[in-house]
Amino acid sequence: MNPYLHQPIPLEWYLLLSATLFVLGVVGFLIKRNLITVFMSIELMLNAVNLSFVTFAHQWDAVKGQIFVFFVMMVAAAEAAVGLAIIIAVFRARATLAVDRIDLMKL
Amino acid sequence: MHLILFLLFAGFCLAGAINLLLQSHPINSALSLIVVMVSLAVLYLMLGAEFLAAAQVIVYAGAIMVLFTFVVMLLNAGREDRTRGSRVARVVGYPAVVIILALLATVILQTQGLRGVWVGSHITSTEEVSKVLFTELLLPFEVTSVLVLIAILGAVALATRGAGHTIANGERTAGK
Repeated sequence: MNPYLHQPIPLEWYLLLSATLFVLGVVGFLIKRNLITVFMSIELMLNAVNLSFVTFAHQWDAVKGQIFVFFVMMVAAAEAAVGLAIIIAVFRARATLAVDRIDLMKL
Repeated sequence: MHLILFLLFAGFCLAGAINLLLQSHPINSALSLIVVMVSLAVLYLMLGAEFLAAAQVIVYAGAIMVLFTFVVMLLNAGREDRTRGSRVARVVGYPAVVIILALLATVILQTQGLRGVWVGSHITSTEEVSKVLFTELLLPFEVTSVLVLIAILGAVALATRGAGHTIANGERTAGK
């Protein structure tokens, strides 16, 4: 058996994964042209930040870090509900989901 | 063993996130986002956050993503047409992305004193979480419930507003 497999995983790896996921979310926000996919990229960024929170909660043995993630999840759920309702309202008014054609605050 | 688990699910995470960017159909992006969220739940479990792993699967991969796929199907969202994007995104956005990643990676790699993770070395039980949540942090918890209530009302108000005149939608389906 390879002894390397029994090493602990450094926490830096989790943080690097979190940073990479966040950056991929930002890239998605910039390159995607569909309103719903842009919204999904935001969810991806929230998830990446949650991973950092859990990693640091493990580092400091802090329960409050995990509870913060719980609150982030609740806020994300509320945000998704309202955001998707807004997307439906925008689609009703404009009949399109392309972000290039939804550039006014007015419905 | 945990190294294999970590590499496997971190790989799933990254593959899902990259697939989200590459797919041009929103439903494929939504499904790859579910892959990302479920693998994140496994990573939470490896970090000892058992309650969050369950909540991640139920709330994110379950509730939120069902909402997303539901809206994608409801609006009949087709494949997106790739455009060049705005000039601000090209001039400021992409360099900023590279700089953010470089800065974060530098800071993380320079950090000293981070622990290693053994699977199952320290598991925060749901009991510990709920003790803090329902004693010390009871007020924020109750405020969050009000927030969710307001979000429900807002979603219903936004979605029903103008439901009587769905001319644009009707024309679109009639034209197909």
